[in-house]
Amino acid sequence: MELNAQDIITWMHKTNERLQNNKDYLTTLDQAIGDGDHGINMARGFKEVVNKLDNENYETASDALRDTAMTVMSKVGGASGPLYGTAFLKLATSLKGIDPVDESSFKTGLEEALAGVKQRGKSDQGEKTLIDVWIPVMELFDNNFSPEKLTDTAEKAMENTKDMKATKGRASYLGDRSIGHLDPGSVSSFYLFTSLADTVKGGE
Amino acid sequence: MDSVGIVLVSHSSKVTEGIRDILNQVAKEVPVELAGGTDHGEIGTSIEKIQEAIKQAHTGSGVLIIYDLGSAMMNAEAAVEMSGFDDIEIANAPLLEGAYVAAVESSMGKSLSEVKQSAEMALEE
Ligand SMILES: Nc1ncnc2c1ncn2[C@@H]1O[C@H](COP(=O)(O)OP(=O)(O)OP(=O)(O)O)[C@@H](O)[C@H]1O
Ligand SMILES: [Mg+2]
Repeated sequence: MELNAQDIITWMHKTNERLQNNKDYLTTLDQAIGDGDHGINMARGFKEVVNKLDNENYETASDALRDTAMTVMSKVGGASGPLYGTAFLKLATSLKGIDPVDESSFKTGLEEALAGVKQRGKSDQGEKTLIDVWIPVMELFDNNFSPEKLTDTAEKAMENTKDMKATKGRASYLGDRSIGHLDPGSVSSFYLFTSLADTVKGGE
Repeated sequence: MDSVGIVLVSHSSKVTEGIRDILNQVAKEVPVELAGGTDHGEIGTSIEKIQEAIKQAHTGSGVLIIYDLGSAMMNAEAAVEMSGFDDIEIANAPLLEGAYVAAVESSMGKSLSEVKQSAEMALEE
């Protein structure tokens, strides 16, 4: 697997498409255990991301990721804005000077992104958040990676959040009532990573 | 010495406006800036609004931020990191009571760390 600036742009376009198509579904999920704005937040923010990316020229994957991060940070809102924004910013910083991005650098980048998200959210694995999707995904790189496995892993991780009890974010106010529902942030993270799988597949 | 500026971060702009009315009664001269609701006037918090409020509230004595639910703290932290100032603090305090105590202390010319500490003890006897 290798990623250049154009791949990042493709990745964000594919993510945006899924978010637009599933906006109402994400909102329904967030209505069950949150405040019902996750679909709106993500759809609005990623629309801005692709606008931004389409109107600039990028030399490296890191540069494209940095603009993604800044746009997500300020345009998504909610908790997912600072969380995804921080993740992309850490990823961009970690990949600076590496182009095209190889698999092992990407893994390191995801590790740093995860550390940033945990710090931002004061959260960790098993709290029914998007972290529960990012961890198994990160572990896949440099470890018999394939795009099919990426989609599979992200999907299973997303489904595993259903039985968890939320201890962070707005869903945590519901306590046991959060059990039995998918975590909306984990579903949007599944869209993100299955879009990455599509991007990588397209480039092979 | 300027008084410490105060930024109120809430999911609702009405909440921040109401709290400012209460603070103005006791500490008119203290800069109180609001970051309530999203950029689109909906319920939520916005990094851009918080950044702007920090800029407006900033005095030579720094700024204290007080926040409410969920994403408010994350967005406040991100805005502080992006502000480039090193004299911004975030108080872990109840929004109304903390802001009230902070405004009073700030009007008495207390330092940023003193104002923050008082806000965080707002509910103690
Ligand atoms: N502290 C946290 N740490 C990690 N992830 C979190 C945290 N809080 C929320 N999340 C993730 O963010 C998702 C919710 O994002 P959303 O944009 O709907 O924010 P929100 O909770 O509505 O924010 P707000 O507090 O503004 O209402 C959750 O599904 C979860 O995956
Ligand atoms: Mg929400």
